[in-house]
Amino acid sequence: MTTFWLLAPIMVIAALGLVFAKKAVHAALCLAIVMISLAVLYAVQDAPFLFVVQIIVYTGAIMMLFLFVLMLVGVESSDAVKETIKGQRFFAAVIGLLFGVTAVLAIGQTITGTVVGLKGANENGNPYGLAELLFGKYVLAFEFTSALLITAALGAMVLAHSERLTPRQTQADIAARRMREYAESRRHPGPLPVPGVFARHNAVDTPALLPDGTPLESSISSSLVSRGQVVEGNTDNVEATLDQLEEGDK
Amino acid sequence: MFDLQWLLIAIPLAGAAILLTWGKEADGFGHIIGTLASAASFVLGVILFAQLLGKPEDDRSHTTTLFTWIDAGRFHVDMSFTFDQLSGLFVLLITGVGTLIHVYSIGYMEHDERRRRFFAFLNLFIAAMLTLVLAADYLVMFLGWEGVGLASYLLIGFWQHKDSAAAAAKKAFVVNRVGDLGMALAIMLMFAQFGTSAVEAVNQSIPGASQSVATAMGLLLLLGACGKSAQVPLQSWLLDAMEGPTPVSALIHAATMVTAGVYLVVRSAAVFDASEVARNAVIIVGLVTLLVGAWIGCTKDDIKKALAGSTMSQIGYMMLAAGLGPAGYAFAIFHLITHGFFKANMFLGAGSVMHGMNDDVEMRHYGALRKAMPITFATFALGYLAIIGFPGFSGFFSKDKIIETAFGENFWVGMGALIGAGVTAFYMTRLMMMTFFGDQRWKEDVHPHESPKVMTYPLIALGALSLLGGLLLLGDWIVEWLEPVVGHAEHHELGIPVWLMTVIITSTAALGVGLSYLTYGRRPIAGETPSDSSVSIWTRAGRHELYGNEINDALAVRPTRHLTRFLVWFDRMGVDGLVTGIADRLGDTSQFLRQPQTGYVRSYALMMFGGAALVLLALLAVTLA
Amino acid sequence: MNEYITLSLILFTIGSVGVLIRRNAIVVFMCIELMLNATNLAFVSFSRQHGNLDGQVAAFFVMVVAAAEVVVGLAIIVSIYRTRRSASVDEASLLKS
Repeated sequence: MTTFWLLAPIMVIAALGLVFAKKAVHAALCLAIVMISLAVLYAVQDAPFLFVVQIIVYTGAIMMLFLFVLMLVGVESSDAVKETIKGQRFFAAVIGLLFGVTAVLAIGQTITGTVVGLKGANENGNPYGLAELLFGKYVLAFEFTSALLITAALGAMVLAHSERLTPRQTQADIAARRMREYAESRRHPGPLPVPGVFARHNAVDTPALLPDGTPLESSISSSLVSRGQVVEGNTDNVEATLDQLEEGDK
Repeated sequence: MFDLQWLLIAIPLAGAAILLTWGKEADGFGHIIGTLASAASFVLGVILFAQLLGKPEDDRSHTTTLFTWIDAGRFHVDMSFTFDQLSGLFVLLITGVGTLIHVYSIGYMEHDERRRRFFAFLNLFIAAMLTLVLAADYLVMFLGWEGVGLASYLLIGFWQHKDSAAAAAKKAFVVNRVGDLGMALAIMLMFAQFGTSAVEAVNQSIPGASQSVATAMGLLLLLGACGKSAQVPLQSWLLDAMEGPTPVSALIHAATMVTAGVYLVVRSAAVFDASEVARNAVIIVGLVTLLVGAWIGCTKDDIKKALAGSTMSQIGYMMLAAGLGPAGYAFAIFHLITHGFFKANMFLGAGSVMHGMNDDVEMRHYGALRKAMPITFATFALGYLAIIGFPGFSGFFSKDKIIETAFGENFWVGMGALIGAGVTAFYMTRLMMMTFFGDQRWKEDVHPHESPKVMTYPLIALGALSLLGGLLLLGDWIVEWLEPVVGHAEHHELGIPVWLMTVIITSTAALGVGLSYLTYGRRPIAGETPSDSSVSIWTRAGRHELYGNEINDALAVRPTRHLTRFLVWFDRMGVDGLVTGIADRLGDTSQFLRQPQTGYVRSYALMMFGGAALVLLALLAVTLA
Repeated sequence: MNEYITLSLILFTIGSVGVLIRRNAIVVFMCIELMLNATNLAFVSFSRQHGNLDGQVAAFFVMVVAAAEVVVGLAIIVSIYRTRRSASVDEASLLKS
């Protein structure tokens, strides 16, 4: 019981964090906390197989998928703060509260009877008991599940695949386009400037400084800009930086 | 030979069909086709009439049945035509004057680019009018009756680009509908009472019918006659009808169509003979119209409207005569024919004047035209002398006879007719003085000139007829000729000798001429119409056509409009309101229900969640209960 | 026993509210996963109460289905993002005409 009382508050706080976190990555981390805690609660409740599956499937695979997609979709898709649907938040809160309280009252308080426990069922070990059910009583459902999984895999492949609508650009095309852009709009045909040059850092999130000390936005990745994670280079004290560099040389 | 009488109608009808369907290629010679069609009809009419003259008196009514028009149960109508003494005279008048007017129109409409269509309509009119007078069945007559109404409508509105012409055509059509209603009801009454609408059969059945039926039938026919002949109270359309081209005014609105009412009354002589009330109604209508028309004729400065007032007045004379019973029928027809001559003559003369005056109809802009247009003046003068009843001219005989007969019937009716004769002389002299005598009051760029020969020859012909029309009365020829149709007249003995009567009538007319000469011949005439406020109340009333339009407006138009508005309002608010109200409420409900349908998946999720909460609440309620 | 079920219900409610108020499709998805996990907890708890393993089997199936669902769902999100450059669920409101 100690484990439960230890974990329950953590889980609730983490779940609330999932709902209220501004950034999707934080939400994902909160969800991971809830899932791992759940795994522990499974273990406590005589379900060692589910404990393992929870860790492997949920925390391992599904959470990784989420993070992976987050990375793909990028941080530009973070929530706008303003609510677009009128009254949505208010009604969600009211109905959520109503639902929670009613559910706890209606279901939580109506469960009676003694706890039988799984001592008997787990006689030959928990995985053994589960396997007996899965391949016996529930074998048909199990088969259907496999069909579902295959379908899902195919569906994901179809959805993720995108037809190429334009012909592939060869290196020659790219070079020609760059020169054309240069001719039309004076855009530099060479690679973008690298970050960090003449800035205090040479990290990727620090924009390079032009000789007159102004930061060069195009030297850093656009996703860092949109994420607001650009570090200000030391622009006002070039002299001091040079001194530091000289000291470093000695 | 009389089997061919359908050709009388078919020829102009074919002419109209050809002219209307041929197309632009016929523009160059369409007027010739139209004129030839009318002339051919006239020639055939003359041949038939000559044959009729050669027959013995009891074999002068020839009925031809072409085919069965309607055969429904007891109702049987033959498409049959009767060529007898009465319709024969009418055929000659219609086709004769019609042909002259066709010829005249060749010149008058020369510069109108739609001349071909004009001739098509004229031919259509001739065909319809002949159908009307030849019909041996009231329903066939009604066909012609409506046909002339249609032709009249088309021709009044011939220049439909003018709003006033289009409105006048509409007005004529609508007012005529009122009369047509009477005619239609009369035919229905005939069928209901006698089971037939054939003229002959109705005439034979009438003596056996009750007095009230005869009276009702007579009054209904009179209503129809009033509409067509512009008699009070359905007179208002005729003055507006002058918006049409002048040959139309001459042919339709002076010589022929407007006299159809008189024809109807004479043709239905048996009905009116059977009902004293109906006959008296005819007399009253005729007398009132004769005075009203004369009054209006005295005040109008528009030459065509003055003549239209005169037409009303003269048709009033015919009606009056027709109302006098067998004694007057022949004189009604006689006056109708002479009037057809001299009034067509004068209308065409007026057209000739307008032709020379740049289509100006304002008599106050005329003056001293006798030198500029000698032929027009001379022929117009013949018509003028005829209408005022100058001894020896056609109008002298015909009008005298009517007034005499009126005195024979009733002193006051005779007095009314006598006064009418004086007033006629007054306004016609006024018209003559303002147009052909006095000073030149022409507008600057007007150069009056005589009309081309194609226009003056018909004038000369009609002028001659105006002069010689009285020959028909030679030896009471027309009275005897028509006797088999209209019945024998008892000769009324007047209290005074006939020659004295004639002297009285002629002096009355001379008095009118003298008064008019003093008023308009001796004094200069203003170049513009005096304003309403500066003239006497009598003149003002005459100018406003005795407020006939205002009366119609107040009695019929405005109540109808209010009723229509109310019905529209009721339809919109009551009927539509109910229907659209249901639809609107449904729409509102849908709009209300639509609000939650935001299209946002989170909204739908919220509703699902709310539903789940409700299910839980219900569960809790059940558990606790 | 009740405390497990209560915890499960609380987590479920928090997950549903999250679905309702978050607009980032990925976060919404994570909230759905939270709801699934909450039900799994209830399954496992009931399994212990009744002393048989059917509840655990059900939880197992839920996990499998959740895995399939996540795969397809995330693929959809990625493809929507590819065409619309947005992962907000409010952007996809074509249901409203």
